[in-house]
Amino acid sequence: MRHLRNPYVQVGLWTFAITLVVGTVVWALPWEPEQASTQAGPIDTLYDVLALISAFIFALVCSILITAVIHFRKRSPDDLRDGDPLHGNTRLEIVWTAIPAILMVGAAVYSGLVLADIEESKAGTRTVEVTAEQFAWTFEYADGEQFRSGELHLVKDTPYHFKLNAKDVIHSFWVPQFRLKKDAVPGIETDVRVTPKRLGRYTLACTELCGLGHSTMRATVIVEDQAAFNRWAQRQRSGRGPQAGGVVSQQGGQGAGAQEQQEQVAP
Amino acid sequence: MAGMAVAPHMSFARRMMQPGWIRAAWMTVAGAAFAFGLVAGIRALYGTYVLEEDPLVTVILIAAPLAFLVGIGGFDYWGRYIIGSPTKPDDHSDHGARSWKDYFRVNTDHKVIGVQYTVTALFFMLVGGGLAEIVRAELAQPGQQVVDPNTYNGLFSVHASLMIFLVVIPIFAGLANYVLPLMIGAPDMAFPRLNALSYWLLPVAGVMMTASFLVPDGGAFNTGWTAYAPLSTNAPLGQQFFTIGVQFAGTSSIMTALNFIVTIITMRAPGMTFWRMPLLVWANFTTSLLVVIATPFVAGSQFLVLVDRTLHANFFDPSQGGDVISYQHIFWFYSHPAVYIMMLPGFGIISEVISTKARKPIFGYRLMALSLMAILVLGFTVWAHHMFVSGMWSWLRVPMMITTMLIAVPTGIKIFSWLATLWRGVLELSTPMLFALGFITMFTLGGISGIMLAAIPVDIHTSDTYFVVAHIHYVLFGGSMFTIFAGIYYWYPKMTGRMYDERLGKLHFWMTFIGFNVTFGPMHWLGLEGMPRRVADYADKFAAWNLVSSIGAFFLGMAMLVFVYNFVSSWAGGPRAPGNPWRARTLEWQVSSPPPIFNFDEIPQVVGGPYEYGVPGSVHAVLNGDREKVPVGADGEGHAAAPATNGHGNGNGNGAHRE
Repeated sequence: MRHLRNPYVQVGLWTFAITLVVGTVVWALPWEPEQASTQAGPIDTLYDVLALISAFIFALVCSILITAVIHFRKRSPDDLRDGDPLHGNTRLEIVWTAIPAILMVGAAVYSGLVLADIEESKAGTRTVEVTAEQFAWTFEYADGEQFRSGELHLVKDTPYHFKLNAKDVIHSFWVPQFRLKKDAVPGIETDVRVTPKRLGRYTLACTELCGLGHSTMRATVIVEDQAAFNRWAQRQRSGRGPQAGGVVSQQGGQGAGAQEQQEQVAP
Repeated sequence: MAGMAVAPHMSFARRMMQPGWIRAAWMTVAGAAFAFGLVAGIRALYGTYVLEEDPLVTVILIAAPLAFLVGIGGFDYWGRYIIGSPTKPDDHSDHGARSWKDYFRVNTDHKVIGVQYTVTALFFMLVGGGLAEIVRAELAQPGQQVVDPNTYNGLFSVHASLMIFLVVIPIFAGLANYVLPLMIGAPDMAFPRLNALSYWLLPVAGVMMTASFLVPDGGAFNTGWTAYAPLSTNAPLGQQFFTIGVQFAGTSSIMTALNFIVTIITMRAPGMTFWRMPLLVWANFTTSLLVVIATPFVAGSQFLVLVDRTLHANFFDPSQGGDVISYQHIFWFYSHPAVYIMMLPGFGIISEVISTKARKPIFGYRLMALSLMAILVLGFTVWAHHMFVSGMWSWLRVPMMITTMLIAVPTGIKIFSWLATLWRGVLELSTPMLFALGFITMFTLGGISGIMLAAIPVDIHTSDTYFVVAHIHYVLFGGSMFTIFAGIYYWYPKMTGRMYDERLGKLHFWMTFIGFNVTFGPMHWLGLEGMPRRVADYADKFAAWNLVSSIGAFFLGMAMLVFVYNFVSSWAGGPRAPGNPWRARTLEWQVSSPPPIFNFDEIPQVVGGPYEYGVPGSVHAVLNGDREKVPVGADGEGHAAAPATNGHGNGNGNGAHRE
């Protein structure tokens, strides 16, 4: 038991305890939405690794601080002692310069590998032209017969290459469940690659401040199987579905957000 | 201020021409009228519509504040000098403040200016904080309750602009203005008149940004403090109040930074070598270098927006060959170093507070100074990490990620050195120390989320979400603001001559610490879950954490009221402060509180390091003719004692000051 009074032992115990708590909070609890793209997995794993290392570093800092406060606190107002005149310790300083440097290089290399992985172009990729304007999204399908829509329908397990354009100001294309984001910039074409892997309905949200309607500039994203996509595409081509571009896509674009709002505002 | 007081028998004309508020008032009006006439006249000659708002307001916003600065007296001495009139003999009769009214006049005393800066920044902190409370009120529930989306966008834009340009940056300049010349044993800053002008530019910028809410057509600027083109180049009139306000705030920063650099290089007391400077001085030296190099870029970016708006120069209009992304490169080339401009002076404050309150020398002093320099250099190589999803050249992302992560190394050195300084000290947990310890933990969190944002794949998910909002508040509030509070409490006795109420100080700390974490902690989860930033409305699933965050924000607001009460009531009636209530070693504590008008009766002789706590027989400096008592070899690090540099430092100091 005498060891427990040793401040260095206490730092170790605090570090263990805080790492456990913070690590559980940041890692074990599911803060991120479901993974709906093949890219989401590696990104989440990278996040988890960084979060766990971070939890340990944060715990270490807190533990040293807490232990110092407990052990080396001034006991009474009359205590006019000075602390030990330690000016430094070269070996220790080299250690806490070198270890973070190595950790950071490791984190950078790992991040670079994940980046290369998620941006890899794959065989059988389909292209969708995305046009952003205040405050609506239009999706233009180029393969086969061309058509446009205010809703984004994607076929599960198919790699997509989105080409982003903006008509007026900068917007940003983001589906949280895909974990991928890219600005749509007036004057240039940007791109982002996504391979949806989970059926469902998601919301695409604009994440670059674009004016008054920014908070409601959303669009519905539907990931479905090939057959369902074909039926939908057929309706689009024959003009029975929600029409493309301009006014209609405006409704389509705001639909998700506007509906949610109405539900909330209703007393 | 005797020379400037308005004598009762003075004639009307002389009263109007006397520098001060009366002359400032009519000159501001005259400046605005001149600008109006100039623009309207030129437009009339061209035969275009005369009362076009944008150009009229633009030129008025430039001319009226300049006229105000002339009126208040910011240029009087130089004006006389330029036209060949006899200048007032520089007897420093306007040094010091004898009543509260002296703080409302142009004054060249660094201590008066330091207080002016600090109090002005605190005022705008309350304004900016009030705006944030309205933002949190709107976000407490999904849907629209308090303000419409346009006002909402204005609220967070003005909030950020005020907090950055009018609070964090200038309050550090204010604290350093007060204590830095004292710390290096100088009678004043190197350029006292430039110092006064730097200060007076600040309220101009603050009033301009705040006043944008009064613009009838479209209200306040609402494109965020980042003012990305082409949103800003097409925004309503309020945008000009930011575009031009930044020019005034930026000019103020640059002039102050030049002043600090020259002061630190030329006005150190004899014996105050670079390796004996307190770390606050080092921190402000590096910060000032950052400001001087980087600030012209933000001024430039806003100037380009200005000419795009008023003269259709089309820098950022793609339909005319402009390039949208180039705005972001110019903007972030300042605005990332700006994060260090808002952090390094705080590092300096924390070093002072921790060393004094732990009664220990700073652990690894030289590495602490060198790590500041490392951050300065690396800080210029990371700006594009704000642009990982912007569509810029994709190759640029990886190098910027590596440099960004490497900044964690010098920052980590600082954190670990502070912790080692605490170790085996005698910690006094008074308010400044509590804020310093709170800073270490909260800033560590902010730094860690910064590493995550630096990892490109994670950034692709979290960029422009509430995760970023959480990160910047952990850095700028948990980081910068905590150091600011630590600094204000630490030097409060020195600046006001009064002791603050310790119990209220501790209450302020704990309320701030809790309120801060409840407000900004949940934002991490909101961002990861998928809530974009800068939205007036959000999906229902984010409602719970937003409510928690808003409750935290209101609690945080109450904490600030405790601070304001303590600040004001202690200044009015707190117990008188002794010269050195903390038994600190640095020079500012070796004189009375507040210090005499010219700081030192005699320039001190520095003979050792600033933090030699616990070293038997150690002395940092010798004051007031005790020079023969200089102990030989008193320097803790074993340097030759200083008399060799005596003549050099002394001559420079006086020479620079007297010009």
